[in-house]
Amino acid sequence: MHRTGALYGQFKTLEQQKDTATLGMWIFLVTEIMFFGGIMLAYTINRHTYFPAFAMGSNTLSLFLGGTNTVVLLASSFTMAMGVWSAQVGKKQLLTIFLSLTLVLGFVFLGIKYIEYAQKFHHHLVPGRNFDITYCVNNPARCDDLSPSELEVEREELAKALKADPALNSHAQLYYSAYFGMTGLHALHMIIGAGLLLWLLKESLAGRFDAQYNNPVDIIGLYWHFVDIVWIYLFPLLYLIDRHK
Amino acid sequence: MSTTATAPVQTLPEHHYLNATYGIRSWLLTTDHKRIALLYLASVTFFFFIGGFFAMMIRLHLMTPNGLLLSADTYNRMFTMHGVTMIFFFLIPSIPAVLGNFLIPLMVGAKDLAFPRVNLLSWYIYIIGGCFTLYSMIAGGLDTGWTFYTPFSTVYSNSAVAPAVLGVFITGFSSILTGLNFLVTVHTMRAPGMTWFRLPIFVWSHYATSVVMILGTPVIAITLGLAAMERVFGLGFFNPAMGGDPILFQHLFWFYSHPAVYIMILPAMGVVSELIPTFARKQIFGYGFVAAASLAIAVIGFLVWAHHMFVTGQSTYAALAFSLLTFVVAIPSAIKVFNWTATLFGGSISFDTPMLYAFGFIGLFIVGGLTGLFLGCLGVDMHVHDTYFVVAHFHYIMVGGAVMGYLGGMHFWWPKITGRMYPEWIARIAALILFVGFNLTFFPQFVLGYLGMPRRYHVYPPEFQVYNVMSTAGASILALGYLLPMVYLTWAAFYGKVAGPNPWPATGLEWRTPSPPPTENFEVTPVVTWEPYDFHHRPDLGLEAGAPQGPAVAPAHGDD
Repeated sequence: MHRTGALYGQFKTLEQQKDTATLGMWIFLVTEIMFFGGIMLAYTINRHTYFPAFAMGSNTLSLFLGGTNTVVLLASSFTMAMGVWSAQVGKKQLLTIFLSLTLVLGFVFLGIKYIEYAQKFHHHLVPGRNFDITYCVNNPARCDDLSPSELEVEREELAKALKADPALNSHAQLYYSAYFGMTGLHALHMIIGAGLLLWLLKESLAGRFDAQYNNPVDIIGLYWHFVDIVWIYLFPLLYLIDRHK
Repeated sequence: MSTTATAPVQTLPEHHYLNATYGIRSWLLTTDHKRIALLYLASVTFFFFIGGFFAMMIRLHLMTPNGLLLSADTYNRMFTMHGVTMIFFFLIPSIPAVLGNFLIPLMVGAKDLAFPRVNLLSWYIYIIGGCFTLYSMIAGGLDTGWTFYTPFSTVYSNSAVAPAVLGVFITGFSSILTGLNFLVTVHTMRAPGMTWFRLPIFVWSHYATSVVMILGTPVIAITLGLAAMERVFGLGFFNPAMGGDPILFQHLFWFYSHPAVYIMILPAMGVVSELIPTFARKQIFGYGFVAAASLAIAVIGFLVWAHHMFVTGQSTYAALAFSLLTFVVAIPSAIKVFNWTATLFGGSISFDTPMLYAFGFIGLFIVGGLTGLFLGCLGVDMHVHDTYFVVAHFHYIMVGGAVMGYLGGMHFWWPKITGRMYPEWIARIAALILFVGFNLTFFPQFVLGYLGMPRRYHVYPPEFQVYNVMSTAGASILALGYLLPMVYLTWAAFYGKVAGPNPWPATGLEWRTPSPPPTENFEVTPVVTWEPYDFHHRPDLGLEAGAPQGPAVAPAHGDD
C-alpha cells in the first residue's frame, strides 16, 4: 500500500489509522498476557506443590539487585509516559530526550539482569546437569561474592529446606526453570522494546512526530508499559516468596 | 427455459491484482492481501500433499493385519508427521489464511487488511516454521504423535522432536498475527453502511476464529516453547523424574488444541453460511443466531479441553464438569445446522458444485458432531478412548467438515480469485467422488473403534482386516477426489470461461467489484444500503427483481 505523508493507503483518515494501530497493539498485548499466562500457571502449580524448594530458591536471589531493577523499570515507565506526552503536545526536542532516557534505563535494567544471571551461573544455579543448590554452602571459597553472614543465613535456610523436602535439589531446579524462563522471556521483551525505542529515536531525530502524527510513540509506549507491568508481577513472584518472616 | 440466454459475453477487466505488477519480487514482497492469500494457497496445498502422502503410507500399511510395508518405528513417524502437517500447516491456516485473507477486506469494503505488512510477515513466519518442521521430517522424522505428550517427547523419544516443536511454535505466531489482523480489520475498516449486523456470516465466523487464535495460540506457543527448552536444556516442568507434571502439559496443550478444532471448523461454517443462502436464493434463516452461535462456540470452546483427558486420572468432578460443558458447546453448532436447514426450506435450490460441498459438509458435520457427544459421555469415552472411533470422529469434523468447507469455498470464490469459471460437470463429479471416498475411508473406522481397535497401532487382529481394507480403498478414492480439483482448478485459472463480476449471482460486497478485483479492491469505496443475503431488494443482481415478497426468484446459475 502506498503512503501519502503519514497516512497509509488502506486508511481514509489519520484518525482511523490511529484507532486501528492502537486496537492492534491492545489485542497484541492480550496475546502477550496469554503467553506469559502459560508459564505463570506452571510456576503457580509448582510453587504450590514444592513450596520449600521455591522459598529456598527465592532466598538465593539478591533483593537489592531485584529491587533496584524494579525502581529502574518504574522510572523508565515514567520517562516513557513523559515521552508520549511530549509527542502529543508536539515538543520534539523533549520527546528525543525522554526516549533516550527510557532507552538508557532499559539498558541499565538489562545490565543488572546480566549481573544477576552471571552470579547464578557461577553459583551452579542454572538448571541442568551441574545444578547444585548446596554449591555455595559447600564451596564458600568459590562464592566469594557472598559475605560470610549471607552464607551463614543460606546454610541455615538450606538445612531447614532440606529437612522439609529431601529432593530439594531436583525441585529447586523447577524454581530456577521458572526463574530463568520468566525473567528470560521478560528480558527478551525488553530487548525487543529497546530495538523499537531505537527506531523511535531515529524517527524522532528526523522530526517525524508532531501533535497530529505521533501514533508510533503512543503504541510503543503501550508495549513498554506492558513489559513493565509484567516485571511488577515477576518481582514479588520470584524474589519475595519467603521474605515475610 | 433459461432466462439468462441474452447474458452478454464477459471479459476480464484490463487491470487487476494479478497483472498489476510482474516478477518474483512483486509476489514475495507484496502487501496485497489477495496476493498473500495466493502465497498461502500455494504453501498450504504443498503441505496438504505432504500430509496426504503420509496418510497414504498409513492406509497402505494397514491393508494387512501384520502391516504391509513399514517397520513399527517408521509407522509411528508416519502417523505423527501426518497429524502435525495436516493440523498445523494445512487445516489451521487453510480457510482463514487463504479465503479469509482474500475475502475479508472485500467483504467489509476495505482496500486491504488493517496491517498489510504484518500480513506478509505472517506468511514468512509460516514458511520459516514450515521449514523447521520439514527439516525434522528429513532429519529422522518425529514419532511422538501430533500431541507431543511429555515426558516421551521431551526425554525419551529418539526422533527429531526439537526442530518439529520449534517449527510448530514459530508457525503459531503466524496464526496469531492473522487473527489480530482480522479482528482489527473488522472493527475499524468497514465501509460506510457496513454495520455489524450487515456483515456476512463468513466475517462473523472469522471474527470468532480470530478470537480463538489470539487467546489460544499464545498458550500453545509457551507450552511448546517450554517443552523444547526441556528437550534441549533439561528443564523439568513436565518431567516427573524431576518432580514436574506431565498432566500439566496435557492441560496446557489441550487448552489450545481443543479450541484449535474450532479454528478449523468455524471458518468452514462461515463458508457454508455463504453457500446456502446463495444457492437457495433466500435470506439466511436467523442471521443473528448464526452469528452469535459462532461467538458462543469460540467462548464455550475454551471451557471443554479436559474432555481429552478423561482417562488421565483427573478429578471425577472436573471430568463431570467438562463432560457437561462438552454437551453445552454442541448447542450453538446445532443452532447453525438447524438454521441452514431452515434456510433451505422454501428456497429455490440449485445443485451447483459449491452447494454440493455445502450439503456434504452438513451431513458429515452432523455425523462428526454427534459422535463427539458420544465421546463427551464419561462412560462411553472409557470404552472408545484412543480407539479408531476417535480417529473417525475427528476426521469427520476436520476432513468431512473443514476440508469440505474449504473446497466448497474454493469453488465458490474461484471465479472471484481468478476471474474464470471451473468446469461445472467435472467439478460436480469430483465432489461426489470425494463424498463417497470420504465415507468409505472413515465410516468403517467407527466400527473398528467400537470393536476395540486402538489408534496408532501398526498391527491388528485378522478379524479387523475387512474394515481396514475398506478404509484403504476409500482413501484411494478420496485421493482421486483431491487430485481432480487441484488439476481442473489450476486449468480453469488459465483457460476457464470468463466469469464476470458476479456469476452466481450472490449478494456480498466482494461480488460488486470486477473478477479478479483491482489491487485496491474497489474503484470507489462502496456504500452499503442493503441487508445481508437479501435477494429481493437487489435489482443489480439481475434476478427477476423487485418483488419484495415473492416466494422464489430465479434459481442460481446452472440449474436449467
